[in-house]
Amino acid sequence: MTALFATLTEPLVRKNPITLQILGICSALAVTTSLDTALTMSVSLTVVVVLAAGIVSLIRKHIPNSIRLIVQIVIVASLVIVIDQVLQAFFFDISQRLSVFVSLITTNCLVLGRTESFARSNPPLPAMADALGNGLGYSLVLCLIGAIRELIGKGALLGYQVLPTTDTGGWFTPLPLMLLAPSAFFLLGGLVWAIRSIRPEQADAPEFPAPEVAETRQ
Amino acid sequence: MSGFGELFLRAMFVENMPLTLFLGLCTFLALSKRPGTAIGLGVAMIGVLGVVTPLNQLIYAAVLAPGALGWLGFPEIDLSYLSLLAFIGVIAATVQLLEMLLERFFPSIHAAFGVFLPLLTVQCAILAGSLFMVERSFDTVESLAFGLGSGAGFALAVTLLSAIRARLAYADLPAGLRGLGITFILAGMMSLGFSSFAQMVAP
Repeated sequence: MTALFATLTEPLVRKNPITLQILGICSALAVTTSLDTALTMSVSLTVVVVLAAGIVSLIRKHIPNSIRLIVQIVIVASLVIVIDQVLQAFFFDISQRLSVFVSLITTNCLVLGRTESFARSNPPLPAMADALGNGLGYSLVLCLIGAIRELIGKGALLGYQVLPTTDTGGWFTPLPLMLLAPSAFFLLGGLVWAIRSIRPEQADAPEFPAPEVAETRQ
Repeated sequence: MSGFGELFLRAMFVENMPLTLFLGLCTFLALSKRPGTAIGLGVAMIGVLGVVTPLNQLIYAAVLAPGALGWLGFPEIDLSYLSLLAFIGVIAATVQLLEMLLERFFPSIHAAFGVFLPLLTVQCAILAGSLFMVERSFDTVESLAFGLGSGAGFALAVTLLSAIRARLAYADLPAGLRGLGITFILAGMMSLGFSSFAQMVAP
């Protein structure tokens, strides 16, 4: 049980798929202009990755090694089609705003990475715990960035006005840059910097380390 | 013909895949350490996007679009929900075929960027090219322009980023910012630069 709990909680911060392994950032930045799209995307991705890990893990002994990637992609793509149809049926507005990004969960490296590296060689229960942990780690980063961008860009959270903006007589001047593409890169870069400063063991080793003792001039 | 050029430039600069739409970032960040590999990846992207997007448009228009099977006597059949599976299959098959052709006829090119071809099967930018083609209902020529333009935009962005990273390899950065952190910030600055292209093609 403790081992299961460890596989579940480890990817949240310590081995976060986005900030440490650079997996799945393709969609992570595009949908974070507001918190509700980020939340929808997080839930969709978590559902897909947990179900895909469960299914792949259940049939792991029957998948021939040579075609395993195709089998995994087909399983993931079928799950994504189901999620996409559900979103279009019940949450039409949000599915319009997410446009192609729900379908792009298929090629999200995070999903394929979990099925390929963990679910393929583990029984269903740990595989699903691992997938859930990674899905939640992804969701954590997505919602954090989505909340910051929506709060500073519009002064709102989930569409409700939290900070009174100057248009309506309040004191808060929104920063529209937060809603544009560059700010997502800056925020994620800053987040990576913060996490790696707290946990120095995650930092990359310098490619060309400076010499320990400076060369003395003649 | 002006439509072709406009669409090409629009896909290359205004809607640049990695920098304004955040597509294909995994390979964009992972393979931009050296300019040599980045150029190989860029050429492979132009080739694959230029082939796959028009091919998927033909398949979508002939089989999957609502009412496309009318000539068989099934005008009410709508197979568009299958497009995701079909596109992935086409992409995987095309990438495999391209690799085999290159290996047979152009071994030197294959040696230069053949290693990147299999990676492109699960590249979001390539699948997104086909999905955008459906969403914006391009015809075959338009999707060719869009595919080539997106590929060229990706190649441009990844080459620029790799050149900057090669210059920064000797820089003395704070430990937490080394590698991934500074790359995100660089990409953000490039994205700021590319956003000035937004007015280039009138919407």
